[in-house]
Amino acid sequence: MRISSKRRSDWMWAYIMITPLMLGLLFFYIWPVFQTFYFSFTDWGSFGKYTWSGLSNYKRLLTDRDLLYAFRNTSIYIITAVPIGIILSIFLAVLLNQKVKGLSVYRTLYFLPVVTMPAAVAMVWKWLYNSDFGLINYVLGRLSIPGPHWLTDNRTALLSIIIVAIWSSIGSHMIIFLSGLQGISVSYYEAASIDGAGAFTKFTRITLPLLTPTIFFVMVTSLIGAFQVFDFIYMMVGDIVMESTQSVVFLYYKYGFLKNSKGYASSIAVLLFGIIMIITYIQMKIQKKWVHYE
Amino acid sequence: MNTKSYRQKSLQIGFVHLILVLGAVIMVTPFIWMFLTSVKTLGESTAIPPVFFPKSFRWDNYAKVFVNLPFFTFYWNTLITTVVKVVGQLIICSLAAYAFARISFPGRHFFFILMLSVLMVPGQVFLIPQYMIMKDMGWLNSLTALIVPGLFSAFGTFLLRQFFMTLPHELEEAAKLDGCNQFRIYWQIMLPLAKSGMIALAIFTMLWSWNDLMWPLIVNSSPDKMVLSAGIAFLEGEHKTNYTIIMAGSMMAILPMIVIFFVFQRSFIQGIAFTGSKS
Repeated sequence: MRISSKRRSDWMWAYIMITPLMLGLLFFYIWPVFQTFYFSFTDWGSFGKYTWSGLSNYKRLLTDRDLLYAFRNTSIYIITAVPIGIILSIFLAVLLNQKVKGLSVYRTLYFLPVVTMPAAVAMVWKWLYNSDFGLINYVLGRLSIPGPHWLTDNRTALLSIIIVAIWSSIGSHMIIFLSGLQGISVSYYEAASIDGAGAFTKFTRITLPLLTPTIFFVMVTSLIGAFQVFDFIYMMVGDIVMESTQSVVFLYYKYGFLKNSKGYASSIAVLLFGIIMIITYIQMKIQKKWVHYE
Repeated sequence: MNTKSYRQKSLQIGFVHLILVLGAVIMVTPFIWMFLTSVKTLGESTAIPPVFFPKSFRWDNYAKVFVNLPFFTFYWNTLITTVVKVVGQLIICSLAAYAFARISFPGRHFFFILMLSVLMVPGQVFLIPQYMIMKDMGWLNSLTALIVPGLFSAFGTFLLRQFFMTLPHELEEAAKLDGCNQFRIYWQIMLPLAKSGMIALAIFTMLWSWNDLMWPLIVNSSPDKMVLSAGIAFLEGEHKTNYTIIMAGSMMAILPMIVIFFVFQRSFIQGIAFTGSKS
């Protein structure tokens, strides 16, 4: 009798404790998912009125050239920014892991872009990229390299944004890799040294395999992040985004909040959701082939 | 033989530093450039070749930011929004995280999965319905709109749950024998021990809230309810050609987070490393 009343008190407290969170999530996050699905089958007119329109938004998705470009851009962005970011941050983490002097100074400086407001940082990059007064083209000019019109040329605009994205994310990836590296036991390296293994062999045979869980984590999170790139594009290229830089999320924003075509925007969100789910699922499946857990 | 290997070693270390310094320069240059531009004259900012150091520091650029825009209001709005979200999340997430980590109750698994599923959905899927809720409640163009959805975080709950899980079970046994209820165990025993987790969550929330752009852009368009990130976008619209003022505004927007980062560096870095290793 006593035990069960105690247990009931535990349960009561548990429900009380999760109630604020669950109510909030239900109201602002879980219910909205269903609403977005519903909205994706509607057509929105003025004054926020919407009517059921069946599959018409999805039919439109299939033939939307803008969306096609947005997916192409987002894909280019992902297949360049994510791997380059990961390779560079592993490289830096390995260097920092060699017990170099000034570790904390380097760590701080590399981390600075992670903590600063993207909107503000985008502004200074816009200025650095400026083809007339920008520092980058000035430096390139001194090296006798003609600098491009970074943000206003269709061929380089996306690249410009990718560079800033890598710059801003490298610090946090590096920290994660550094802590992954510090988790690898020294005894592996000692054993390898006895066998006469060189630095390169140690890196490819010990470091990389044991780092694969961390690589996997960073890959999944940065991929999801890359799909949702918005701030830099919005701030650096602006409302009138060129074909070559429009991302899927930018298009979502444009239709949902600038053109007030919320039904169509919802269908873009559903599509985005579906694609992220599929890619994450594939990654989970493939990870068994290359991720080594100790 | 020894001197040779010693020389090789120091050469190697020199090379490592060379690369690291080069990387650090790339990381820091935009910030230095932001600062230097913010104290130049308009002429100096657009000079060809570029002027690196201004003749005299024009601090009045900072004052000019406040002329056309209620920049103090932006600051205040950002600060309030951030503080309320941090405090709210610490309370709401830690309560739920404790229950999920420490109490076995019917439906625990179900609610936990429900919470986790929120983590897997990209943010854009919530935005339009959230906007509609704000509109229906009459909260558009108010700080409430900025704050309320940000009080509830599946990520925060998951993070804190991981911390609560690592605490030893003996802790609550004694308290239970003494007849403490779960709330008292949470409040008096567990919460003080989960301090590092709470700090990590506070930092993440602070960072995201302070730097967030899209949501403020969507829900608040009137200048007196705007936050800094949207304010920078606004500033850029007003001063398309005057980068000295835009840079001064940007400097002021990023400075508080940089200061907080320097003060709480250790917790920042631990928090990032922790989320990386626990997932």
